[in-house]
Amino acid sequence: MAEEKNRQVSSAVRAEDVMRKYKKQSRLGMIWRQYRKNALSMFSLALILILAAMALGADWIAPYGATEQNISDRFMGPCAAHLFGTDGLGRDIFSRVVYGARVSMIVGFISTGVSAFFGIILGSIAGFCGGWIDNVIMRVLDVFMAIPNMLMAMVLSATLGTGMINCMLAVGITGIPNMARVARASVMTQRNQEYIESARSNNAGNGRIIFRYVLPNALSPIFVAVASGIANAITVAASLSFIGLGIQPPNPEWGAMLSAGREYIMEYPWLCIFPGIAILITVFSLNNIGDGLRDALDPRLKN
Amino acid sequence: MEQDKLLEIEDLSIYYITEDAGTCQAVNHVSLSLGKGETLGLVGETGAGKTTIAKGIMRLVMEPPGKYVSGSIRFHGEDLLKKSVREMQKIRGAKISMIFQDPMTALNPTDTVGAQIAEVLYYQKNLSKAEARKRAEEMMEMVGIQKNRYDEYPHQFSGGMKQRIVIAIALACNPELLIADEPTTALDVTIQAQVLDMMRNLKKELGTAMLLITHDLGVVAEMCEKVAIVYAGEIVELGRVEHIYDETAHPYTIGLFGSLPSMAGTEERLKPVGGMMPDPSHLPPGCKFAPRCPRKTPACEQQEIPLSEIAPGHLVRCIHVGEE
Repeated sequence: MAEEKNRQVSSAVRAEDVMRKYKKQSRLGMIWRQYRKNALSMFSLALILILAAMALGADWIAPYGATEQNISDRFMGPCAAHLFGTDGLGRDIFSRVVYGARVSMIVGFISTGVSAFFGIILGSIAGFCGGWIDNVIMRVLDVFMAIPNMLMAMVLSATLGTGMINCMLAVGITGIPNMARVARASVMTQRNQEYIESARSNNAGNGRIIFRYVLPNALSPIFVAVASGIANAITVAASLSFIGLGIQPPNPEWGAMLSAGREYIMEYPWLCIFPGIAILITVFSLNNIGDGLRDALDPRLKN
Repeated sequence: MEQDKLLEIEDLSIYYITEDAGTCQAVNHVSLSLGKGETLGLVGETGAGKTTIAKGIMRLVMEPPGKYVSGSIRFHGEDLLKKSVREMQKIRGAKISMIFQDPMTALNPTDTVGAQIAEVLYYQKNLSKAEARKRAEEMMEMVGIQKNRYDEYPHQFSGGMKQRIVIAIALACNPELLIADEPTTALDVTIQAQVLDMMRNLKKELGTAMLLITHDLGVVAEMCEKVAIVYAGEIVELGRVEHIYDETAHPYTIGLFGSLPSMAGTEERLKPVGGMMPDPSHLPPGCKFAPRCPRKTPACEQQEIPLSEIAPGHLVRCIHVGEE
């Protein structure tokens, strides 16, 4: 009897602990809890973390240098010495894919950073101020949006010139209008919420309203846009490199590798298969992360 | 009583001017006054302009489309309409604060409730972060919420508790005037009673004057000393609670009471006031209530009806008052 009671008491105590822990969770904690439920998104997150680790540790992981040539080993199929085989100059494809992860990650994050930075600023200003300011900003961005993304990126990199930095700039600028549109819509819905008015009635000026009230609440859709923006940026950058406008050989960029391998695709398919798979996995994972985030941030799905 | 007037609104008119919908005369020539520690109930149906009056006092009416057409709002004798934005910011939250209708949406969902209370104190009273936190915790206890919930987010609270937090924010700086815009409309009846009880006690404790906006005459009877009945942006009847409840004079006020269910249960049916409030962008000339009024005569629609004092402190805007 006493034992039974003890157990009951201890389980009650534990339940209380759990409750307290649950209650103390911040919003981020809640998002994470929600995100964790989605197996595919978790799997994708793991893949991206592996890719990121590859990108960071490329110097230790890659058995050969990215541009290290070994003419006697050209066009070797996948084997123990060269996991993914070698290309026409005898470069180890596995090493190049690993180094390529670094390039793709940098390009993806930095160019999305560029579009997010300018997009969020422009979109927030448009959404918050409304009126003619909104009109001017959004009509200009509409003009940019009327041009297909890929074409826009091509024009920009043709103008700016090739190379990694210009490629990132081109991809980043191309992404601004979309980011601005998402930010504007999100800020606009927050701007008219009652708690903004309530904040005003309690003293807050514009600056505090934007940074403490509007932006934190407007962030969810922007997060999602950034996550899928990275995937998009990586594909656009790869496409640019594929047509020779982006990152130039001999830099190990996946799109450039595809492009270089396409002449030999019938005889030596691994030249294209492995960088192709790398792009596929990265974009697939990033898109899944975006979807998972969107679901986790959707208040209707919260329990 | 007359000398310590806290708030005096005189001839206030606020219009919303839009290109496609025309001019909406939301508030027309409203005059009100409120002494220290007094509670005035502002009663009227949806769309009568109650909220615009409240926001008007706080200078929260967006311009455009809103426009202060005439009048003055004197707080401690100083006209709030002549203050700069910066001066208004110092008054809002510190000297005059406002409670909004819906506690569900009046709190910032991404900030902890404690931080939201402390924020007002930090900015308005120049307290240090630690002092602000301490005072915010006291406020939470005062409105009946344990202070260990300081670091929780609004979504972790029930509606009634959120409204308590909203009230705590509004009262944090010990304002002289509290504007409560339908503070209990979004709450269920039991919570309503609790919140009203709490507000009344806090008011007594802190000596805050209150402008209580509601369409619930029961709430007014419980809370207020003075009542103003608002119809189509105008005050149609103004007086002490006894005046309004026992010597109801304006046909609209009579109609409002007629549409209340009574506990005695003698009436078979409720008698709603028939018809709709006039479109505030096309107000009828003369008495605004005339189209719905059972005592209407041709004279009602021909002239602007003045507020006339039928007993000391009891004002009515009707030409038929006094006739039998």
